Order: sequence, then C-alpha cells, then structure tokens
Amino acid sequence: MREINFLLAGVGGQGTILASDVLAQVGVRVGYEAKKAEVHGMAQRGGSVVSHVRWGEKVYSPLTAKGEVDILVAFEKLEALRTVEFLRPGGTVLVNDQAIIPITVTSGGAEYPDDERIRAVLAQVTDDVRWVDGIAIAGELGNARVANVVLLGALSALLDVPESIWLEVIEQRVPARTVDLNRQAFHRGRQAVTR
Amino acid sequence: MKTLLSANEAVARGAWEAGVVVASAYPGTPSTEILESFARYPGVYAEWATNEKVAMDVAIGAAYAGRRALTCMKHVGLNVAADALFYASMTGLEAGLVIVSADDPEMHSSQNEQDNRRYAKFARLPCLEPSDSQEAKELVGVALEISERFDTPVLLRLTTRLSHTDTLVELGERVERPPTVEKYPRNPAKYVMVPGNARKRHPIIEERVRRLAEFAETFPYNRIEWGDRSLGIVTCGVATQYAREVFPQASVLRLGMTYPLPRRLVQDFAAQVERLIVLEELDPFLEEEIRLLGVEVYSGPQGYQGGKSIFPACGELDPGVVREAAIGAGLLPPAAAPPVLQPETGELPARPPVLCPGCPHRPVFVELRRSKLPIQGDIGCYTLGLLPPLSSIHSCGCMGAGIGVAHGADVAGDGERHVAVIGDSTFFHTGMPALLNVVYNRGKTVTVIMDNRTTAMTGHQDNPATGRTLQGQETVQIEFEPLVRALGVEEVHVVDAYDIQAVREALQACLAHDGPSVLITRRECALLPEVRRQWLPLRVELEKCNGCWACIRTGCPALFKSQEVYEKTGRQKVEIDPLLCTGCEVCAQLCPTEAILFRAQIEAEVSDA
Ligand SMILES: Cc1ncc(C[n+]2csc(CCOP(=O)(O)OP(=O)(O)O)c2C)c(N)n1
Repeated sequence: MREINFLLAGVGGQGTILASDVLAQVGVRVGYEAKKAEVHGMAQRGGSVVSHVRWGEKVYSPLTAKGEVDILVAFEKLEALRTVEFLRPGGTVLVNDQAIIPITVTSGGAEYPDDERIRAVLAQVTDDVRWVDGIAIAGELGNARVANVVLLGALSALLDVPESIWLEVIEQRVPARTVDLNRQAFHRGRQAVTR
Repeated sequence: MKTLLSANEAVARGAWEAGVVVASAYPGTPSTEILESFARYPGVYAEWATNEKVAMDVAIGAAYAGRRALTCMKHVGLNVAADALFYASMTGLEAGLVIVSADDPEMHSSQNEQDNRRYAKFARLPCLEPSDSQEAKELVGVALEISERFDTPVLLRLTTRLSHTDTLVELGERVERPPTVEKYPRNPAKYVMVPGNARKRHPIIEERVRRLAEFAETFPYNRIEWGDRSLGIVTCGVATQYAREVFPQASVLRLGMTYPLPRRLVQDFAAQVERLIVLEELDPFLEEEIRLLGVEVYSGPQGYQGGKSIFPACGELDPGVVREAAIGAGLLPPAAAPPVLQPETGELPARPPVLCPGCPHRPVFVELRRSKLPIQGDIGCYTLGLLPPLSSIHSCGCMGAGIGVAHGADVAGDGERHVAVIGDSTFFHTGMPALLNVVYNRGKTVTVIMDNRTTAMTGHQDNPATGRTLQGQETVQIEFEPLVRALGVEEVHVVDAYDIQAVREALQACLAHDGPSVLITRRECALLPEVRRQWLPLRVELEKCNGCWACIRTGCPALFKSQEVYEKTGRQKVEIDPLLCTGCEVCAQLCPTEAILFRAQIEAEVSDA
C-alpha cells in the first residue's frame, strides 16, 4: 500500500476537524495505520488551522515535513497559499473556491490576493490543482456548513477507497438528523472532481 | 479492537481501566479533554476544580483516603499547583496518584513553553513520557503501580502534539480496586509536615529517588532498539517518532521514564555506539542528566558550547526541523532533505485569532478603548482585546495577574487610573484574592469582570457561575455582585455587555469613584447552544451607509467592506456577512446614520412578509 500524507488547511469554524477525523478513520478502515494531528485552542477563534493526516503501513511522526504532503486540501484560498510549501512538487491541491477575509484586510492595510495570483503561486509547485465550489454546492443543498463534507466527497474522487466506507464513517460522525444532507453533500463533492 | 484516540482520551481510558476513582482538574489547553473524556466513564467521580492547586489537593486527599486518583493540567497550571506538588512528594500517599502535565512546545495556546520535566527533578518525583496514545494509556496504569510501590506521586508528561494527535489504541477493561485503607489514616508522622516530621521525611524521599533510578534500569518502557551502531540516539516522548522517521537505521534508546535516569543502561548504550546524540523537545533535560553521568554527548562539529546540542531548544520539533538540524551537524548528508519548492507568494495577510462575531467582550473593549486608560488584561478569550482595532490590553502575564498588576501600578502613583479586566472563570481561579487585596489596601483599581457565563477560551467548560457541574448536574450558581460586595467592594455596577451606553456610563461612574470599584458586564457567550438558537443576522441599508467605518472599528469579523462606495468621500460602504452575524446589535448602536437595522426591524420585515 502506498503511503499518503494529507494536509488540511482552513479557517477555524470551517469544519476541518470533522473532515480530518473522517479522513483518519477511513484510513484505518482501509487497513492503514493512520495518525491525525491538529491544534485546538487559540487557533479556533477564526484563525488559520491545519490538520495533518497520514496513512501508511507504519506511520511514525504525526506531522508531515515540508515537501512531503501528497494531497493538500485547502478549505479556503488564502490558506492554500500559506501552506502550499508543504506540498511535494507535483502533488495534488484541492482548493475550495471560498475567500474568508481576515481582519487584517478588513480593518488593517493588508490585501487579499486575487484569483490570478493564487493560481500563479500554486502553479509554481504543481500542475495538479482541482477547484471545487464547496460553499456554493453546500448553499444549493441549503446549509453552508456541509461544505466540509462536499470537500471530503471531492477528495474521495482522488483516492481508491470504496464509497461505502466513506459514507459509513461520515454517518457515524455527524448528527443523526443530518445524515441525508451529508450524504448528498458527499455525492455532490465526489461528482465535482474528476480524476 | 483498535480505536483512534488522542493521548488525552487515552489517558482518560487508561485511568478508568486502572481503577482510578477520583479525578479533579482545571481546564487548560492542551490538557482539557482528559477530564472531559474521563467523566464519561461509569463508576467514577470527576470534577472541575476552581484552579489547579485546588484540583491537586483534591486528588491528593483521595489518594490519602486509599483511592486511586488523577489530576490533570496544562504546564503553567503546575506552577499554580506547585505548592501541593511538593508536599505530596514529601508525604507520599495510600493509593496511586498520577499528575498529568500537558506541556505546550511552540506555545500554540500558552504564554511560555516551560519544560515541566524539571518539576519532576525539583520535587523528586518519577516522570513518565509516552510517545503515542497507546503508551499514554498504558503508562497511566504503570504510573499508578509505581506510585503505590514507591509511595510517591508520579508525573505523567504529555505535550500538545501527543495530546491532540489521534493514534490507534487497544482498549482493555476496567479492573476495580478496593480502597487500600479501611479508614482514613491517622498518621501524623507521615502526613503532618511540620518541620520535625518533614526533616525525617526528607532522607526517605532522597532514598526513594535512588531506588527509582535502580528500578529504571529494567523498566520495560526504557528500551534499546538496536540498529546501525555508528549513531545512537537517546530520545523520549513524541521525539521518539521523529527519531524513527528521520534516522531509520540508527540505534535508539527510548526512555519512557525520563527522571530519574537509568545510569547503567545509558552508559552501556553509549559504550556500544560510535556517536551518541540526544533528541528531545524544549530543554536539554536528558542531555544534562546524561552529561552528569559522565557520558559524552555529540554536539556537532563545533563541540559542546553549553546549553542544548544540535536540536533547537525553542519551539516544537517536527521531522523537517530534526532533519535540518541533523544535516547542519553533519549527521545526515544535505541530500537527505526532500526538495521543497518555496513559491514566491508575496506578502500574505495574517489571520490571527479574533473575538468571534457577537462576542460580548467586544463592546466592553470599544468603551475601554475610548477611555484611553492602561488596561491590565488576564487570560481568556478577552485577551484578544489586545489586537487592533480594539488594541485595549496593555499587559497579560498569567491567570489572575491583571488585578494585582493594576493595583501595583495604581499604588506606584503614576497618576493615571488603572483598570483590570478578567473573565468569570479566571476571577474564581485567582482573581478573588487579588480583588480582596485591592479592597484591603484601599486601592482604586477598577476591576471589570467580563461575565460570559462560561469558560469560553478552553471550550465552554462549566464553572461556579454556570450553575452546572462537569456532569451537567444542577448546582448553586454564583452571582458576582453579592460575591464582590462580600469581598468589601461598595461601588459595584452590573450591566448588559451588549448595551454600549450602559457600559459607558457604568465605567464613568467607576472612574469617578475614589476607591475600589467593580463593573460586571454580563452576557452569555454567543457560541453557547442556547444563544446560537437566537442568532439573527442584521443587514446594512446601503443607501444610508456613509462609509464612516465606526462599525468596522469594532473588529467584528462579520463586517466587510462592500464594492459600493459612498460618493462624497469615495470610501467603501460596509456590508454584513449573514453567515457570520449573530445579531448582537453592537455595530447598529454605533452607526451614526442608522444604516444598520436592529433585530426588531429585521423581525418586523419577516412578519410583514
Ligand atoms: C494556570 C492556567 N490554567 C489554565 C489556563 C488555560 N486557560 C486559558 S483562559 C482560561 C479561562 C478563561 O475563562 P474565562 O476567564 O471565563 O474567560 P473567557 O474565555 O470565557 O472569556 C483557561 C482555563 C491557563 N492559561 N493558565
């Protein structure tokens, strides 16, 4: 089995923790040793957050070093730029087409990078960049909060794992009354990305 | 069956399996989930204490009473509990006592990165350090056995990376343990630490360390994994994983007990490898101990310069940091590092943590900023009042410090009025003695108690102001007004934190008073479930907005500058993100052109429709 290192980057409140829980659990279900590392506390108050998830036959370090991430899942565009140096040259980036404007832009002098710059920076590291409009899809489903599961669906399209395993793990992890919504979110995400 | 657990959850599981009966703790990142998780097991008593010192005394009392006990805290919590740590080391106990210290290399959510292994040596206690969740679970049981066998509290040290990393754990069953004593011990020679008794105990404690060092020689969690003998690595904790990852060929001595050290094991290991290095996070704790054993530690081409060799003493390690340092010291060839493409990103806007939309601390800071006075902060969500545009916290050191610092500046006589801000949980933790001190010494400090009815920063734990225990059971709910009056404060104001005018007037009244005063700003944290149900996003009527940005200067993340500009000034108008706005109306109160609709106006629109 091929070892796979994931980095999930986003903004506190976007549901990256749930997504990384699911991803680690799916890894275990497929027979990998999986480790998942994240930081709680200060980082959650609207700050930048990252989770490391590693799948492998034997995993030592819970953290992946710079240059060794195979798949970067960016829940927010600016956070994609902030973390792209973790990516193995030629690795895959999955970007949620969402901008969350930081306070340093709203009430400070900083500037949010435009899409052209974002694309240009990512292109310096890899040709394999997949964009998903997670927030729009979640909005169509009537709940912006399931954008994280849309992204999981998109990620699942890049991996050789039976769909049923993803769905079982997601169902165990979300509140019972939102299972249908999350299933739909997952499917829409899975369709939004092609291999 | 194996389950993914964080080391925090694994410690809770291990404590439950090993028959721990009583656990007491005060929340603090990264330790908080240990107690939250332990409390969910059947047949145990678990409580949030008011601070770490109290928590440790409680756990000690249970262990004196012959029941296995646990206390957990973040690293700086052990400073608060240190007095208790030292007497417990002197007395020993009747049943096992484990003290968990969760250290925070990199200061992900702390004011310093102190290395609490030093407390083990300082207080003459064994220190155990797991390298993943499985070991964390096992070492709790092991620690309890050591505690009982050697009559000592045991320090179990975690770090943020372990506490918040999920790895696979094999679950076991609980083993019930009868109390080790029939009756609470009446044994003053052991438990009453007056000088005459304490002098007799001290040699026993020193002898205990010698016996523990002997025990460490064959302790199964201290073990050598032989590989290539040109490099030998002594390591512990999460650094064990980095050693395996970065030096897959090397011989490794992993230490599950990092104080006291097994002298012969270390010496024998050193004798059988060409070069010995120490790989540990933060302080050169093992390195110093190993040098004291007379063992040579390789320090890189320049030789030993004092301090820590090869790896950084500041911040968290990771495989990249370890590899880079090893290349620098000539232990690995430069080609060992993977190629990293560092793209030209240009300057990226920072994304610091901020007060949430609807946070009741925000309007209070808007008024404090207006006062232009020096504000002594404390630790909690409200510390974020330091960031622009609020910029109204001028010191923040440790929990409970603000009131004392403000009083100190006040009595120093610099002529300004001094204000301290403190949260409800922090006030109970260490704020109360400080306020009493202000009153007793006739100070004039204005104390603002930001009462959001929860311990928000660490994830909404209950405290004496919430009326609920850790298990969610009803209990007395402490009100601050009678409490501070009982402490002797006569000038007390209680206002709704969302009511800007009321906050302003009460603050003015406090400042006009020639004596100690307290302003209690009340309003539940906007993230509490009951409050979330009442969220109602507000809206800006763009034609009325004149782009003055009075609202933007509250720093609320739900506000953003629109594409539309106000023609006269060319400044951008402001809009509200309906996904983020909670409807607290703070911006609406500040808007000079009444462009921001209040809840009642939004509700009226809805019912008209
Ligand atoms: C000695 C110590 N123990 C625990 C912590 C962790 N901690 C940080 S803030 C905080 C409490 C915050 O609660 P409160 O004072 O009610 O303020 P809020 O976050 O609700 O605004 C705690 C427990 C700490 N920093 N120091």
